[in-house]
Amino acid sequence: MTTAQAPVYKKKDFESDQENRWCPGCGDYAILNAVQQSFAQLGVPKEKFVIVSGIGCSSRFTYYMDTYGFHTIHGRPTAVASGIKIANPELQVWVVCGDGDGFSIGGNHMIHSMRRNIDIKVLVFNNRIYGLTKGQYSPTSEQGKRTGSTPYGSLDHPFNPIALALGAGSTFVARTVDTQIPHTRKILQAAHEHEGFAFVEILQNCVIFNNKAFEHITSKGVRDERQIDLRPGQPMVFGAGLERGLRFTPDAIEIVGASEADLWDPTGASGARAYRVCQNSEHDELPVPMGIFRQVQRPILDRQIHAQVEDVSERLGPGTLESLLNSGDTWEVR
Amino acid sequence: MSPVPALETLDEVVIRFAGDSGDGMQLTGNQFTNSSALAGNDLATFPDYPAEIRAPVGTLFGVSGFQVRFSSRDIHTPGDRPDVLVAMNPAALKTNVKDLKPGGMLIVNSGNFGAKDLEKAGYERNPLEEENLEHDFQLVEIDLNEAVIQAVAGLGLSNKDALRSKNLLALGMLYWIYNRPLDSTEAWLNKKFGNKEQILEANLRALRAGHKIAENGEFFQVRYEVKPAQLPPGRYRNLMGNAATAMGLVVGAKRAGLKLFYGSYPITPATDILHNLARFKNHGVITFQAEDEIASITSAIGASYAGRLGVTGTSGPGLALKTEALGMAVITELPLVVIDVQRGGPSTGLPTKTEQADLLQAVFGRNSEAPLPVIAPCSSSDCFWSAVEAVRIAVTYMTPVILLSDGYLGNGAEPFRIPSVDEIEPFEVQFRTEAEGFLPYARNPDTLARPWVKPGTPGLEHRIGTLEKSDGSGNVDYDPDNHEKMVKLREAKVMGIAAGYKPTEVFGDPEGDLVVLGWGSTFGAIRSAVDSARQKGLKVSQVHVRNVWPLPRDLGEVLGKFRQVLVPEMNRGQFARLVRSEFLVDARSMSKVQGKPFFSSEVLERIEEILG
Repeated sequence: MTTAQAPVYKKKDFESDQENRWCPGCGDYAILNAVQQSFAQLGVPKEKFVIVSGIGCSSRFTYYMDTYGFHTIHGRPTAVASGIKIANPELQVWVVCGDGDGFSIGGNHMIHSMRRNIDIKVLVFNNRIYGLTKGQYSPTSEQGKRTGSTPYGSLDHPFNPIALALGAGSTFVARTVDTQIPHTRKILQAAHEHEGFAFVEILQNCVIFNNKAFEHITSKGVRDERQIDLRPGQPMVFGAGLERGLRFTPDAIEIVGASEADLWDPTGASGARAYRVCQNSEHDELPVPMGIFRQVQRPILDRQIHAQVEDVSERLGPGTLESLLNSGDTWEVR
Repeated sequence: MSPVPALETLDEVVIRFAGDSGDGMQLTGNQFTNSSALAGNDLATFPDYPAEIRAPVGTLFGVSGFQVRFSSRDIHTPGDRPDVLVAMNPAALKTNVKDLKPGGMLIVNSGNFGAKDLEKAGYERNPLEEENLEHDFQLVEIDLNEAVIQAVAGLGLSNKDALRSKNLLALGMLYWIYNRPLDSTEAWLNKKFGNKEQILEANLRALRAGHKIAENGEFFQVRYEVKPAQLPPGRYRNLMGNAATAMGLVVGAKRAGLKLFYGSYPITPATDILHNLARFKNHGVITFQAEDEIASITSAIGASYAGRLGVTGTSGPGLALKTEALGMAVITELPLVVIDVQRGGPSTGLPTKTEQADLLQAVFGRNSEAPLPVIAPCSSSDCFWSAVEAVRIAVTYMTPVILLSDGYLGNGAEPFRIPSVDEIEPFEVQFRTEAEGFLPYARNPDTLARPWVKPGTPGLEHRIGTLEKSDGSGNVDYDPDNHEKMVKLREAKVMGIAAGYKPTEVFGDPEGDLVVLGWGSTFGAIRSAVDSARQKGLKVSQVHVRNVWPLPRDLGEVLGKFRQVLVPEMNRGQFARLVRSEFLVDARSMSKVQGKPFFSSEVLERIEEILG
């Protein structure tokens, strides 16, 4: 057996010839950049990639990638992607969508593809606003948000996307930030390497309708103190010099010195600690977690489907047109 | 020993089994149907069951019925009125006896006519004692409950369990009356209960006991025989419409050189298609029970995009949910087959009853200009051929296709002549692999279809999507002239399918006083009625349309040869409206919306009224 040479690509091999129509300064540009850089490094032949997107600003992503791509309808990209992946498990199927696609109109497809553990990678660009319809609150908007549809402030409680993914049984759950490209690339690489469904929430800034929504945790001045990067097998440390850490107590999380920090393990049978740490609020003292919350193995639906087809074909013999037509009780008329 | 009864030959018989939804009437009917099929009769069935799975015992709304007509002649419907009614309880008697032909045979399980049973059916007095049933019908009262308890005595079954086999006792009686061997049902029982010895033995004993009781009990003075029908030569099997659809899809996929992906969400009366396809894994079939109707169609579209044949099946409410995704399949020009096994509506409506009222939804029910072809099978076995045709059109024209079946076709059964492989023309798909000169929306000059490219093909990476696209390149394009061009191109592609139709056939003379125009499952009732009317000397013909969109181009001309046009359909005149608007034909609607198919006698009466 010969080993196929891993293809060598540059970022520009993944750039399509289409003129980009996002607003200048949109966080989507940085994410596009990170994805193109990452894909060039993954060693996957580029014809194997399929990008599937929903509807919204982020979903235009498909048109800017020189891969196979399918820009679908609102909320349905995970369902379309499931069909593609089940039809041909050799394809590398990546979904790109926004918080409306992922958690509102398409919430049902999202949780079911998580539960099934279909081997697709889902990037949700969470800007906590409906941008393409010119600014209405989304299912991840903070309560009280004033928008076109909520002039006196929104009343709905938002989803915590990480908690949602953990609850729905996603086998890989991670979070990153549009402006932190090296971190984003690291997460994309890990999502690619994960065998099974991968959910990546990317905090993304909408310059027009929700500008600086994440600035209090992502701007350069506060980032080190307000974020903690959850790295598998590494101590839970944060701060400019990684001098502080987190430790779980029976009913809370406390800030301790780096040497006393707990080791972060996203692979355990229980996702309890991931669930606990994802509750850290942007508005309290504890740092907001980024990185990998969950990374576990479970049977993968698309592979199981094909294994079952092969198994049944082996037991019954491959079906022919004749055998199909002549199945069941038959009789002859002369 | 009683005297050997006479054996009388009949052309045909219609039997209706009626009982509680837990009495096994569908099973009994299906078994009788299979043995009639194996005896070489032509046949047609009409299962009529409640939406409730196990409605409270003995109630009127819990009655489940199964009508089978078997004949030595070529027949097209399950018959208007039964010759024989088997009523397992008072509720079944009450809801069905009015349909029984005068003088017909009425077999009643008198063991279920206690005070409580009568009360549940709303009888103040026992109809077996009070009503003149004996005068109107050949009444046969048998306590099947007692008989079955006797038959299975010694097996250690409780009375409750023993009573479960009473339907087989009734079946055994009918097998004797109609001179049928027990072996096909015995073989079926062996297969079904092979590992449950006690239940198997109880059912076998009940079946044989029924046969014996009929033979010895002097209930019946005559046995009947229905000779085999003169069907066209060939190998046959008994096939229900939904099973025929499933088989046609697989055969169509094989003829296209594709593997089938069936995405579906369970919905009555379409679920049997999913059940059938789920068993065909060794034919490379993948079935995906999706989280909802929307995911079932969008996953199928994804599968088509990836190079399989994507198919989804549903009933009316599900088709409504799939509407937006159908538009996606139209604009991305991917092949897709959508099956709608229609039922009574609106909304949840009558889940287990039949109707044809999704026609205009199928033809026009999408946002904006989103044309797609619609095909309607005309019989249970035609579900097979229509499914093959739907696949052929979908892959040849790169378009979604709707196959409009209905509950009557889907659940009904008839003999299906098994075609030889050569009878099914191959239409192998050629995927585009050549990178040179590739444009995602370049068109085949004959069909106007765009190329189908499997993701994974090197050098052909491209994007498709739901925004309006530029002719040729498929890039996003909002230019007004381009939009108009693309709308017209998509329309021309779909309307062009009609160029490939065979000329419209007329049953009867090509001109006359009246043509009865139909589509879908009304075929059998119309054919029987037109046939009878012609035998009476009336100048009436039949035209039946399978390709309901785009309509056959010669249809207007064909209809124009007749002085009047009558359109019977199980809706409020949707096809009549379509034909009027397309051909300016003065089509008269004959509407029936009772959740039941037309009787051929109803159509005949209307023909006579018009021509009288």
